Amino acid sequence: MLVFEKSRPGRGVSALPKCDVDVLTPSDKDLRKAELHLPEMAEVDLSRHYTELAHKAHGVNDGFYPLGSCTMKYNPRVNEKIAALPGFTDIHPLQPARTAQGCLQVIKEISEALCEITGMSEFTLQPAAGAHGEFTGLLLIKAYHLANGDTQRKKIIVPDSAHGTNPASAVMAGMEVINVDSDDKGLVDLDKLREVCEGNDEIAGLMLTNPNTAGLFDPNIKEITDIIHQCGGLCYYDGANLNAVMGWARPGDMGFDCVHLNLHKTFSTPHGGGGPGSGPVGCKEHLAKFMPGVKVVDFDEHSDENMLSFAKAEASLGEMKNFYGNFLVAVKALTYIKMLGKEGIPEASKNAVLNANYMMNKLKGAYDMAFDPKVCMHEFVMDLSRQAKETGVTAMDIAKGLLDNNIHPPTMYFPLTVHEALMAEPCETESKETLDDAIRVFLELNDIAYSDPEKLHMAPVKTPVTRLDEVGAARHPVLKYEFE
Amino acid sequence: MGTFVPNTKEQQLEMLREIGYEKLDDLFAHIPDDVKFQGELDLPAGMSEMEVAAEMQKIADKNVIYQSIFRGAGAYKHYIPAIVGSVISNETLQTAYTPYQAEISQGVLQSIFEYQTMICDLTGMDVSNASVYDGATAAGEAVAMCRERKQNKALISGAIQPSVMKVIETYCFGNEMELEVIEVKDGKTDLDDLKAKMSDEIACVYIQHPNYFGNLEDAAEIGEIAHSFKKCKYIMGVNPISLGILKTPREYGADFAVGEGQPLGLPIAFGGPYLGFMASVDSMKRKLPGRIVGQTVDHNGKTGYVLTLQAREQHIRREKASSNICSNQALCALAVGVYLAAMGNQGIRDVATQCYSKAHYMAKRMEEIGFTVENKDYFHEFVTTSETDIHVILKALSNEGILGGQPLDLHRILWCCTEMNSKADIDRVIDILKEV
Amino acid sequence: MVINKDALYAKTHEWVTFDGDTALIGISDYAQSELGDLVFVNLPEEGDEVTCGEAFADVESVKAVSDIYSPVSGVVAAINEELLDAPEKINEDAFGAWFIKVSDITEKGELITPDEYEALCEAEE
Repeated sequence: MLVFEKSRPGRGVSALPKCDVDVLTPSDKDLRKAELHLPEMAEVDLSRHYTELAHKAHGVNDGFYPLGSCTMKYNPRVNEKIAALPGFTDIHPLQPARTAQGCLQVIKEISEALCEITGMSEFTLQPAAGAHGEFTGLLLIKAYHLANGDTQRKKIIVPDSAHGTNPASAVMAGMEVINVDSDDKGLVDLDKLREVCEGNDEIAGLMLTNPNTAGLFDPNIKEITDIIHQCGGLCYYDGANLNAVMGWARPGDMGFDCVHLNLHKTFSTPHGGGGPGSGPVGCKEHLAKFMPGVKVVDFDEHSDENMLSFAKAEASLGEMKNFYGNFLVAVKALTYIKMLGKEGIPEASKNAVLNANYMMNKLKGAYDMAFDPKVCMHEFVMDLSRQAKETGVTAMDIAKGLLDNNIHPPTMYFPLTVHEALMAEPCETESKETLDDAIRVFLELNDIAYSDPEKLHMAPVKTPVTRLDEVGAARHPVLKYEFE
Repeated sequence: MGTFVPNTKEQQLEMLREIGYEKLDDLFAHIPDDVKFQGELDLPAGMSEMEVAAEMQKIADKNVIYQSIFRGAGAYKHYIPAIVGSVISNETLQTAYTPYQAEISQGVLQSIFEYQTMICDLTGMDVSNASVYDGATAAGEAVAMCRERKQNKALISGAIQPSVMKVIETYCFGNEMELEVIEVKDGKTDLDDLKAKMSDEIACVYIQHPNYFGNLEDAAEIGEIAHSFKKCKYIMGVNPISLGILKTPREYGADFAVGEGQPLGLPIAFGGPYLGFMASVDSMKRKLPGRIVGQTVDHNGKTGYVLTLQAREQHIRREKASSNICSNQALCALAVGVYLAAMGNQGIRDVATQCYSKAHYMAKRMEEIGFTVENKDYFHEFVTTSETDIHVILKALSNEGILGGQPLDLHRILWCCTEMNSKADIDRVIDILKEV
Repeated sequence: MVINKDALYAKTHEWVTFDGDTALIGISDYAQSELGDLVFVNLPEEGDEVTCGEAFADVESVKAVSDIYSPVSGVVAAINEELLDAPEKINEDAFGAWFIKVSDITEKGELITPDEYEALCEAEE
């Protein structure tokens, strides 16, 4: 039942004292005439309402969540405790910097740590999410070319396996997308890339994830970034898959010029049912002068004291968002980085890769692996084309079967280059016992596909609702509750 | 070092051997040497939870927590009922992913559907999305989505929050939409300048109401001018708290209502996370970026909720999508939903009325002690001018634990009052100011 | 698969019928069945120009968007507004659910006969 249907006139939460000055109201010209229909609820009913909603949802704490490319690792509780400190939550973003030294220190420390992990020289925390980071990175590339007078550089190369945000971000940045097909191993086709790039002075750059969306590390990465640089383009690293390589390989060393990270994936901050995330962007020295927002510098020239202060980049492309990004998310990520430290960070990636390979090898017999890699990184892609053909059971059906087993399904139908794709990313924070249990379920579901496919077409049956009519929802949209 | 890896070293080796490897490094053997990172990351060693908690507390302690805040300018300190924090700390709601798997995400989906309904109710609009990053990006997205082949220019009021203007400029730098600023006259959008700048090429007119200086705009008249050209859309950026007593964007004739959702139950938190809300009239719903939840039924006819109208979005429309937004600020939208449900109709009217009344009380008191108040019709922010250097004023207040208004120039300050500022606090400010 | 014997087809799966100086355009029954349940159609406006071989509309299913290409060049004289509220009509009767009426035709693209189109669809399957 919706909160509006539980509302009873006259109920409410006693939040505010009486107004202690003369009560005034705006003149009639600006006075609201439209009726309000907000819920009127006693606190007990409100509390139960949201507890009920939580029971009808599935979080990382409810069970295994191997959602590919989303890095649904465990979200440490200490992160939440620290981010709730009044010393962070009660600070106004426009307070003078000398009264917000702790906040500036957080920004400085996490920026420096991210620089070290990625091999970049500067970071901005302003982008609020991965897609926002992509937009920022592309604007950096745009500003760089414009400053060089290269107004014609508007083409951005994106591999066919890329996330949908890549092409959408390119268009927001005023660029035109050139898709380059992958080779039969799921990697960038070097010949095709050369063909597009050679002598082409319209290339603005390249967007790439490495490891890619199939969980494969591209061994030709240096050559790829060289080809782009040779034709005058810049290379953008989509950090969606960084959890595979922290402390093992750095985008900066691979030849990338700028990068975005997802603190809500790699650095353990919760997804919140879709956000808030944080998509900080890093760049090398040659792009630093175009960075948006402000950076924290060591010394305030207006003061005798040794204080941190904000400085603006000399040719800054502007502001991506109000203030300094999703600050509290950065607080959580910094807490996590401090706990893991220099040994724990590579250790996390190592175990993420181990868990993925363990699971991939155990499932190989029953499920075909896209591109059949010997070793994968932090995730792997199953291709259920064979099951679909032989039994009629699709990737979607297996996913729905997992729901009945309290396992969140892998990412479905992505990358687009694999037809019946299930992309699984187990994460380092899952135990062998959890993985073994999930492997057992995956194998059972494959058996059911061959013995009783109808059962999977009907799944899920144990969830609060069964499969929903998405066509009806889109044809005749009901997008809010209608009051009588 | 701290770790969140549950498997013991022995288990790790056991798993590795089971799949035919000797040591963990073998799994990284295919990374070419020329890009493999050598040595150790230049970071401090890891720590226990107790050590990190102490260190982070020490960092937090370096910040000054003002007990009394008279600064808004885009971030507003309001009272947040305890239930808001309690709900968004729920481990399931907090750690869930985007609700793509609808069958196990009904709780998240329903909360978004309720949020959409409340935003529509507040703004008077027909359709709301599930949130974007903040008020500034909501403005940037709104301007961008109005762009048409023959309408590639936006008119933006010069009286909007400066950082919002900067973000709109950034979005326009990206998509190469033209942007022209409408002049400000007496602290408000200049209607004559707007009229002079209108043409067939204008995609949209964007104003903020109440504007950056706290003033109420001639919002209905601006809407009429904007709509005198058929293709032009009218976007209003509004403070959601003000809608407890001020006319809705719909009543003023807007096509889109956007704004900063932070005042509805989110802490000021050094600028984020906040959320941007975006709502439109029904005919514009397919222009909205971001996720939207719709009601439907399952196979058994039971009511349920799904993400819908997804063909607008980047994961389907790719390079033809009008926005790339993917992650939004869902948990913040949940906080807004809980806040509005806790406050209820009377609560939201009370907050708005208290903001309005206290700001007007403070302005009157400031006039009494010799400040000039620039505003005539305003909500909860106003600008004062005085002979005294603003640094002297703000320092005197800061010494007493009070964060004064936002300095605009050497003699002008933008003040803000909310329900958090008691009469005693306001009187104290007046007493301190009398001395300087 | 319903093939309309009175229409001509484009290889990109649109049908077109001519009536004097105007043309009526829609998508084929084969196309609608391949696209699945359609949930929305984006149509041009009256007075817009359409160009042979270029997209003039797109149709949305729950999980995909597909461009619809114009088999002729000309000016949009009318659009079938009924489809905006009831896109399911395209699935129910692809030939009845015309998208646009085009006048002032200046160019026709490569059009094939119903028999040729039927053969094309069979080959695609």
